[in-house]
Amino acid sequence: MTSPVRADTPALFRYVLRLGDLSLVLGQRLGEWVGHAPALEEELGLANVALDLVGQARLLLTYAGEVEGRGRGEDEIAFLREHGDYLNAILAEQPNGDFGQTIVRQVLVDAFQLELYRSMTTSTDERLAAIAAKSVKEVLYHLRYSSGWLVRLGDGTEESHARVQSALDTLWPYTVELFAEDELDRTMADRGVAPRLSDVHTAWLRHIDEILAEATLQRPEDRPYSWYGKRGQHSEHLGYILAEMQHLQRTYPGARW
Amino acid sequence: MTNPTEDRRQWPLYEVFVRARGGLDHKHVGSLHAVDARMAIDHARDLYTRRQEGVSIWVVPSKDITASDPAENDSLFEPARDKIYRHPTFYEIPDEVKTL
Repeated sequence: MTSPVRADTPALFRYVLRLGDLSLVLGQRLGEWVGHAPALEEELGLANVALDLVGQARLLLTYAGEVEGRGRGEDEIAFLREHGDYLNAILAEQPNGDFGQTIVRQVLVDAFQLELYRSMTTSTDERLAAIAAKSVKEVLYHLRYSSGWLVRLGDGTEESHARVQSALDTLWPYTVELFAEDELDRTMADRGVAPRLSDVHTAWLRHIDEILAEATLQRPEDRPYSWYGKRGQHSEHLGYILAEMQHLQRTYPGARW
Repeated sequence: MTNPTEDRRQWPLYEVFVRARGGLDHKHVGSLHAVDARMAIDHARDLYTRRQEGVSIWVVPSKDITASDPAENDSLFEPARDKIYRHPTFYEIPDEVKTL
């Protein structure tokens, strides 16, 4: 009933899934804060970011379905795939932890999406260029929101500083995957569909270093890492996310609202 | 009972003003809690402009607003009541005046 994403699946389909799943999984994660955020205003702030991300995922997964050409729509792709078919970077599925950890994860992804989408507005793929143009405005705000909090917490009290530094140390290793160019990334860059990840990395690092300096946080060292969510190799966390996210569609197939 | 504005765990209150379209005034739309003005703008954006209600936001710390005392309403506002000659409609315009 599901079609596994193998290496011989069309490259563009797999690439669009990488983008869409990153937004989808992170959006789902942020949604977990609803009802639990430290303040009502923050709850709305996080939910707004989550809704933007799910909106991006809808556009991207709909497009993925069209590229695939098997008649699958956004819902089928979002809710009826298996664990190994999701191609989001592992960073997106990492647990929310405390508010500080959520913010650190958000800054790391926001700055990545910002530079990725910025370059993608000139993609040779018109559809992706259009989606990027819409998304870049949203992501710009996401980074404003998340970096504002990171500076406040990093340059805040002794405890808030220690907590976000510790979250940064925990999450940093997962950022390596974002910029580790593999064959698919190379193919997309060669076709002008996507930017070179090395260029995105340079721009991303510039953002991150500026924010970390203001937040008085230390950038951890890069460590070797060989676990790729973008190739379908996930941490245990994704299973729990999918169980919750897919529950309704699996229990009541075809349910709409 | 403690005054909520004196509770240090509570974030300060801000009043939010939103301009719906270019050329219109900023209108008071409500209030919210935030630790600083920048966060107040972010929260105002998320709370009060999510359905495209505005093109510009002002936030003002509520503590910086000085309000008139309702107990003084009689002396502040009553005296204006019988001064109807302050309304332009009080005056009859002579027919000879074409444009005013």
